Amino acid sequence: MSANHIPAGGKTFVLGPVEQIPLGEGRAFAVDGGQVAVFRLRDGSLRALPAVCPHRGGPLADGTIDLAVVVCPLHQHAFDLATGCSTTGADNLRPYAVSMDRQQNLVLQLPV
Amino acid sequence: MTSVLDTPRTRLSGPEPSGQGPRRRLVVIGNGMAGARAVEEILARGGAGQFTITMFGDEPYGNYNRIMLSHVLSGEESDADIFLNSLSWYQDKGITLHAGVRVDRIDRFTKHVFSNDGRVTPYDILIIATGSRSHMPPMDGLYTPAGSVKPGVFAFRTIDDTRKMVAYAQHEHHRRAVVIGGGLLGLEAAYGLRSHGINVDVVHSAGHLMSAQMGPDGGAVLRRSVEALGIGVLTGSRTTAVLGSDRVTGISLRGGTDIPCDMVVVAAGIRPNVDLAVLSGLPVERAIVVDDRLRVQDEDDIYAVGECVQHRGEVYGLVAPLWEQAVVLANHVTGTDTSAMYLGSRTATKLKVAGVEVASMGLHGPELDTDEHIVFSEPSRGVFKSIVVRDNKMVGATLLGDSRKVAYLTEAYDRGLPLPEERIGLMFDFGTPDGDAGVGELSDDAQVCNCNGVSKKTLVDAVQGGCATVAGAMEATRAGKGCGSCKLLVRQVVEWAADGAVEEDPVANYYVPAIPLDKQALMAEIRKRGLRSVSAVFQALAPGGEDARSKMGLASLLKTMLAERYMDERDARFINDRVHGNIQRDGTFSVVPQMKGGVTSVQQLRRIADVAEKHNVPLIKLTGGQRIDLLGIRKEDLPQVWADLDMPSGYAYGKSFRTVKTCVGKDFCRYGTGDSTKLGIEIESRFQGIEAPGKLKLAVSGCPRNCAESLVKDVGVVAVEGGRWEIYVGGAAGAHIRKGDLLATVDDPEQVKVLAGRFMQYYREQANWLERTYAFVPRVGIEHLRGVIVDDAQGIAAQLDAAMQASVDSYVDPWLDRDDPQTPGQFRTSLPLTVLPQVPVR
Ligand SMILES: Cc1cc2nc3c(=O)[nH]c(=O)nc-3n(C[C@H](O)[C@H](O)[C@H](O)COP(=O)(O)OP(=O)(O)OC[C@H]3O[C@@H](n4cnc5c(N)ncnc54)[C@H](O)[C@@H]3O)c2cc1C
Ligand code: SF4
Ligand code: FES
Repeated sequence: MSANHIPAGGKTFVLGPVEQIPLGEGRAFAVDGGQVAVFRLRDGSLRALPAVCPHRGGPLADGTIDLAVVVCPLHQHAFDLATGCSTTGADNLRPYAVSMDRQQNLVLQLPV
Repeated sequence: MTSVLDTPRTRLSGPEPSGQGPRRRLVVIGNGMAGARAVEEILARGGAGQFTITMFGDEPYGNYNRIMLSHVLSGEESDADIFLNSLSWYQDKGITLHAGVRVDRIDRFTKHVFSNDGRVTPYDILIIATGSRSHMPPMDGLYTPAGSVKPGVFAFRTIDDTRKMVAYAQHEHHRRAVVIGGGLLGLEAAYGLRSHGINVDVVHSAGHLMSAQMGPDGGAVLRRSVEALGIGVLTGSRTTAVLGSDRVTGISLRGGTDIPCDMVVVAAGIRPNVDLAVLSGLPVERAIVVDDRLRVQDEDDIYAVGECVQHRGEVYGLVAPLWEQAVVLANHVTGTDTSAMYLGSRTATKLKVAGVEVASMGLHGPELDTDEHIVFSEPSRGVFKSIVVRDNKMVGATLLGDSRKVAYLTEAYDRGLPLPEERIGLMFDFGTPDGDAGVGELSDDAQVCNCNGVSKKTLVDAVQGGCATVAGAMEATRAGKGCGSCKLLVRQVVEWAADGAVEEDPVANYYVPAIPLDKQALMAEIRKRGLRSVSAVFQALAPGGEDARSKMGLASLLKTMLAERYMDERDARFINDRVHGNIQRDGTFSVVPQMKGGVTSVQQLRRIADVAEKHNVPLIKLTGGQRIDLLGIRKEDLPQVWADLDMPSGYAYGKSFRTVKTCVGKDFCRYGTGDSTKLGIEIESRFQGIEAPGKLKLAVSGCPRNCAESLVKDVGVVAVEGGRWEIYVGGAAGAHIRKGDLLATVDDPEQVKVLAGRFMQYYREQANWLERTYAFVPRVGIEHLRGVIVDDAQGIAAQLDAAMQASVDSYVDPWLDRDDPQTPGQFRTSLPLTVLPQVPVR
């Protein structure tokens, strides 16, 4: 079982205030025994991917981002933030749904 | 089960289904480009199921790309990068490789080979691929009385030869070399040595350079181009003796002239390695004689391939024919296609020799009265083109300095295509039906990249599969990744295949990929518009908006330009610069306490030891820059580690000024003439933390013995007699090795600091992103730098000094973030919960 494994079942998690993540950066959250990297883009929108780079396990939340991709800090593989697809030929990731509730809290939706 | 009546011959006639029956024994002698390629082709045809494979190679390595040795010599490539098959490749493929073992004899009757490690190895099928060696023409004084080649004399054939030449050329007392032989290899050797700062003369016995590939007119143009590189050329000269008793001091030419030198490289042709074959009773004329199946004449089970082979009277000395031979051989050995025949190769040479594009095929000049000869010559630009036409077919061509038409000409030559009425269309694009005719007329299976055997079709497929940039198509097909001489043709094919939709590779000229401006234009725009942050630059200047890969370069540039007026946005920084440590492969970071000039104290050592113990630091390591590296620190622990250390950290990451290595210097050292330690500390204190396009590593040595390795640093300082100091710039001792160029010799340490700072500022303003000084200095030239920095030829010295001073003044200790994180969760873990630590603990 990988560190990313998140049990299925369509659960919702509230991860706390959105300000935990500075604009233009990502932060990792431990969710249900796994880890999720949540990114807050410079236009304010949110994205979430598994936290571990499929290439050699790099910490994706430490990556550099723009409005489209995150670039892994270890070997610079890039992943589309919306689809999880690698744009550099690494394995693809499966994205998670993430949004904000009225109290400005991060809400993560794990897949069914 | 195989019956005893089954002779190997009958078994050879058809492939055995893999996994059934005993596999036959395939033995290969020679592990060079042809031997290894033949084995790859055999494996590609299911050979692993048919054979147990054993290879012998005289050289103690896996297989490497011999044609890249020229790049290794010139320092453009590291020797580690040229390996085609590493030792583990052989293991993975189940091949037994005896590396460093030489085969001395073959017994073709009992079918065994005898090697110099005493081993006797049986074979069913044998392949000989022993290649060639350098020819040492007879001359006096080549050998020592003991019979070995005189120290300072080199051949240019193997990786060991190349390494020895590099080491010798970098020795400070060796300033002058003579290369014997003005062919392809000799010119490459001369070019390579020149890039180590050695003065080189090429001595060539024929009347003009590269006489095997071109006529006298082309040779004359080439000579100008070569001389422009600072290489001396003597044609029509023969070397008669190597001078010097225990080492080289010069050479003598026929006619009595002597040329003094410290090293001699012999590149006067090659001789096939046939001793083994002769000794074993195989047919040898100029080389081992083979038939159209690559089988040694009159032998059933012995094949030969590569430069050691003579086929229909021809011996080839380039790789392209070897690839064709390897395919035919593999088809026969595996039984895949027993009708395959090798009918010889028409050699068209496409090379970059000493930085000059050279293409040559067929005749160099007219031979019959009826031959047409079309010549274009423009010596001042180093361009020469000559084409020989017979019966409306092209029978030869030479192109120098401009190989735009090479694809079309090669094809016309290979296939005997009908030629345009207006012959000038052969040489220039406007004559052909349309501009792309050259590439368009190439057939699908025309080989574009000879090193990696990539055809036009393979490239076109890659483009149609979505690789619409030249770099992308090269990546996908490996085309152009060998010797690189085909890059131009690759570009043409990609452009043609993409039908004009080829995407420019932006990195080529742009400072960062997202903004279509080179560095100077970008700086001008930033100034003009008063931009002060990375996001503002994206907004104003990037057509596609924000781009992750451009952020770090922009952040560095803005900081350099604006000093304290820069508006820092943390997301524009790479993770190292966000948390002030170097990210390691397991996602942990390293902490390097500052030790200016490599000097520490009892208190510091004790504190570092305590901290390492308290935090269970998995690895403590001395760095190459004279500091102590604490490795494997979790991100979340960084602030506490810094706090416990309570000493400034050192720069060990990022594109910035890193460290100043020093030697003991005059206070302690018996030889020291200058206080190198003191000056090193002062330089490190002054410039700590300033950003640059690439990292900056410095050193100060107390005397020319150079214990701090100052000659191979970005900026290196050496104390010399009389209290003076030499400043070297542009040195490197990493993946690239380069001796720095002497910028200036000054009278006191203050001047060292001024000029070093001025150089660094000029580098910061002018160099491309990630361009290290070892590339920057030779690109702009040391004379130019000396003009700007020492003589103030452009009148900008004061400006450079002021800009550097502003950067120095705006320095803020980034490790103070420990008490006052700059962003929420700055030091929050990003690591997977389970996998720490992966970095091995010793
Ligand atoms: C510096 C340099 C630059 C070149 N540039 C180009 C270029 O740009 N383009 C081009 O087309 N060609 C170039 N060439 C030529 C090209 O490298 C050769 O044509 C090619 O390497 C020949 O391959 P081969 O396998 O026949 O011989 P090699 O590659 O020489 O391999 C033969 C191997 O067999 C080993 N061997 C010999 N005898 C024995 C024995 N008895 N037992 C065990 N092992 C043995 C040798 O040690 C050697 O490793 C260049 C050559 C050099 C040296
Ligand atoms: S470089 Fe000179 S002064 Fe410095 S340690 Fe070496 S010998 Fe001594
Ligand atoms: S681990 Fe992410 S790119 Fe290699």
